[in-house]
Amino acid sequence: MIYLDNSATTRPHKEVLDTYIKVSYDFFGNPSSLHTLGMEAEGLLTKARTAIASQLQVGAKEILFTSGGTEGNNLAIKGTASHKKSKGRHLITTEVEHASSYETYKELEQAGFEVTYLKVDSDGRISLEELEQSIRKETILVSIIHVNNETGTIQPIEKIGRLLSKYPQVRFHVDDVQGITKVPLNIKKAKIDLLTASAHKFHGVRGSGLLYVRDGVRLKPQIHGGVQEMQMRSGTEHVAGAVAMAKALRIEMEKAKEGRADLVKLHSKLIHTLPKIEGVTMNSPLNGVAHHIINFSVDSIKPEVLIQSLAQKKIYVSTKSACSSKLAEPSRVLLSMGKDNHAASSAIRVSLSYETTEQEIQFFIQELKKIIPTLLGVKK
Amino acid sequence: MEYNHILIRFGELALKGKNRSFFEKQLLQNMKFTLKEFSGLTFKRTYGRIIIELNGLNHEPIMEKLSFIFGIHSFSLALKVENDVDEMKNAALGILKEQQANEGIKTFKITSKRAYKPFPIDSQALNQKIGGYVLSQSDDISVDVHNPDLDIRVEVREAATYLTFGQYPGAGGLPVGTGGKVLLMLSGGIDSPVAGYLTMKRGARLEAIHFHSPPYTNERAKEKVKELAKRLTKFGSSIRLHLVPFTDIQQHLHKEAPSNYQMTLMRRMMLRISERIAQERGILAIASGESLGQVASQTLHSMNTINEVTNLPIIRPLVTMDKLEVIDIAKKIDTYETSILPFEDCCTIFLPPDSKTRPKREHANKFEKYLEVDHYIDDAVNRTESIQISNVNKVEKEIEDLF
Repeated sequence: MIYLDNSATTRPHKEVLDTYIKVSYDFFGNPSSLHTLGMEAEGLLTKARTAIASQLQVGAKEILFTSGGTEGNNLAIKGTASHKKSKGRHLITTEVEHASSYETYKELEQAGFEVTYLKVDSDGRISLEELEQSIRKETILVSIIHVNNETGTIQPIEKIGRLLSKYPQVRFHVDDVQGITKVPLNIKKAKIDLLTASAHKFHGVRGSGLLYVRDGVRLKPQIHGGVQEMQMRSGTEHVAGAVAMAKALRIEMEKAKEGRADLVKLHSKLIHTLPKIEGVTMNSPLNGVAHHIINFSVDSIKPEVLIQSLAQKKIYVSTKSACSSKLAEPSRVLLSMGKDNHAASSAIRVSLSYETTEQEIQFFIQELKKIIPTLLGVKK
Repeated sequence: MEYNHILIRFGELALKGKNRSFFEKQLLQNMKFTLKEFSGLTFKRTYGRIIIELNGLNHEPIMEKLSFIFGIHSFSLALKVENDVDEMKNAALGILKEQQANEGIKTFKITSKRAYKPFPIDSQALNQKIGGYVLSQSDDISVDVHNPDLDIRVEVREAATYLTFGQYPGAGGLPVGTGGKVLLMLSGGIDSPVAGYLTMKRGARLEAIHFHSPPYTNERAKEKVKELAKRLTKFGSSIRLHLVPFTDIQQHLHKEAPSNYQMTLMRRMMLRISERIAQERGILAIASGESLGQVASQTLHSMNTINEVTNLPIIRPLVTMDKLEVIDIAKKIDTYETSILPFEDCCTIFLPPDSKTRPKREHANKFEKYLEVDHYIDDAVNRTESIQISNVNKVEKEIEDLF
C-alpha cells in the first residue's frame, strides 16, 4: 500500500495506540472525580497539557483540548464573535480557508456579522496591504490558514501577526491543522491569539485536537455543561485522546528534525517529474509552499477515474480536500487562485508524511506515467 | 544566525568581596540543577560572568528557565568569536541583518568593551572599525549612538570575544543556598508559596512543612502542596517537603480545648512541630505567609501568643503586604492558579466560628495544661513523612512511557 493522502488523515503510530489503550483501561477515572482514580486521570491530563505546551513553546494553561480541527475552528471563530460582538461585528478571513472556518464565517454572516474574504494571488497567497486596508475600527477577528489543505501554500503568518499587533482589538486566529509538525511556526513570535490543530493529522487518534488560546483571551463557550477546560469547553475530558496526542506530537516533532529534509527531496522529485507527464499541470505554487502537499490537474481526465485507477494499484491519493471531495463542484481554493473551471474540477492532491519513502514516490510516478496515457487514449 | 552562547551577568554578587567566589559557585550549581534536562550544555565561569555554551541546543527554553534563577542580574544571547577584528565585523553584521529582517530595526550602535587589555585595539577604535564595516555592508541603516534600535555589545575577553544584543532581565536577588536553610510553613493557600519565593530570593534554601489531616483533607490537597513546592524549585534548588499528620492533634484539641482558643492552640502546636523538625534538619529559621491583620490568627495579639512557643526567628516576608500585592506576585511566579484550587486544608476543618482575635499568652498556657502536648508532638514528628521535591519530572516509569 502506498498511502499518499496524509492531509486527509494519517495512520496512528502503534506506540500512540498503545498509549491510548493503556490510558483508556488503566486510567479510566473521570478527571473531575474526587477519589484517587480521578486524581490520577487528572494528573495525566495535566501532564499531557504540559507536554504539548512545551512542544509548542507556550504555557500549559493555553492549551485547550477539543475534538479536532473542525471544533477548534468553530470554537475560535464563533467563541470570539459572540464574546466580542459588543466591540464590533466585522470579521476578516480568506477565500482559501478550510470548510470548517469558511462555512462558520458564512454562518456568522447569516447571524448579522460582516465578513471580508481576502483574495489571493495566483500562488494562493493573501496580500498584507489588502489585509491592512480591510481592517476597520469594528474588526474583531482575523482568521488565516497557515498551510492550505489543498495546495500547501504557506501564508506569511509571522508578518501578519506583526501587522495585527498594531491593532490590539483584533484577534488573530490561525488554522494550523495542516501545518503543525510539518512547517515550523513560532506561536508566540507570530503573536497568535488562537491556533487550531488536530491529532489525526500527525498520527494521533481521531476525535482529539487542541486549540491554543493565548493567556488572557476569553471565548464564549459553544458547548455548555460541566465547565471543564478552563470553562470554555464542557464535556468529560478525553484523557486517552489527549495523552495519545501528546505522544504523537512528540514523536512527529522528533521525526521532523530529520524528516523535513527528506520531504524537501521527495517534494522536489514530484514537482520536477510530474509536469513532464503529458496532460499534467501543477496547481501548487513552486515557492513558499509546504513540502508535504502537491496539487496538480490532469487535463481532461476526471479525477475520480484517476483515483480509482491508482487505487487498483493500492496507491491512495485524493481530489482537493477529503472533506469536500464528495461534492462534485470545482475547488473553491483553486478558483480563487485564478485557475479555470476545468483545472479546478480535475485537481489531484498528493500528501506525504514523514513515513513516505523515496521508493513509494518512485512507484507512484511510474504508475502515473502508465495510467495517464491509457486514460487519455480511451478519451481519444 | 545561530547564537552559540548565553552570557550571564550578576548584580549584587560582584559586591560580595571575599565571598564572591562562593556566591558564584553556588549560582553555577543552581543553574546546573535547573538546566539538568539539557544535557548538552557546558558552563564556564569567568571573572564576573558565567557563560553557557549551547552546543547546538535551542536557546529559548533555556532562557525561560534562566529568568527564574536568583542571583542573575541579566543575560544575553551571545556569539562567540576569536579575538579577531574580521570575525567580530562579520558576526556584528550577521546580528544586524537578522534583526533588520525580523524586527525592522533602522538604527544601531556598537558598544565595545575591552576587558582583556593586552588586545591591541582599544574600545573606541573597535567601535569605529566594526560600526564602519557594518554600516558599509547594509542598506537602510544608520548609526544612532543615543537611542539605537539595536545596541550590539562586543566584549573582548582573554579567551574569546562575545557579541551580544538585548538584555533579558534576570530574577535578581542572591543565589539560593548562600543564606542557610529556612523551614517554610506551606499551607496550600496563596500566601505561603509567595513567602517561600521571597525568602529564596535572598539566598535561603527552603525546606517546607505541611500539616494534613486525612481523611478530612484529601489526597488532592496533598498533591496540590507537592505541586506548589515543585513550582518553587524552579528558583534554584530542590525542596524537602515534610508532611505532618495532624488529624489526631486536631481531634484532641477539638475535644479538650475551649472552642475560641482552638485556633490559637493549633497554631502553637504547628509551630512546636516545625521547631522540632527544624532542629532535626539544622534549619535556623521558620518562614510563613502571615500578613498582619489578615485573619484571626494573624493579628498582632495572635502572633504574639502563638510566637511564644519558639525561639527561632520567624521570617514573614508578607507581613506588611496587602492581599492584592501578594496575589500579583503569586501570579508572576505561577503559583496562583494552583493555590486557588478548592481543596480543604487542615486549617479550615474543625475550625470553630468564634476564634479569638486577641488571644492571651496566659490563657493559652493555662489551656495547654489540660493537653498532652509532648505526647502528641512526639507522635506527629515520628510519623512525619519527608519527600524530596525536584524540578525534574521524576514520574514513575510507567507514566513516562505513555508520553
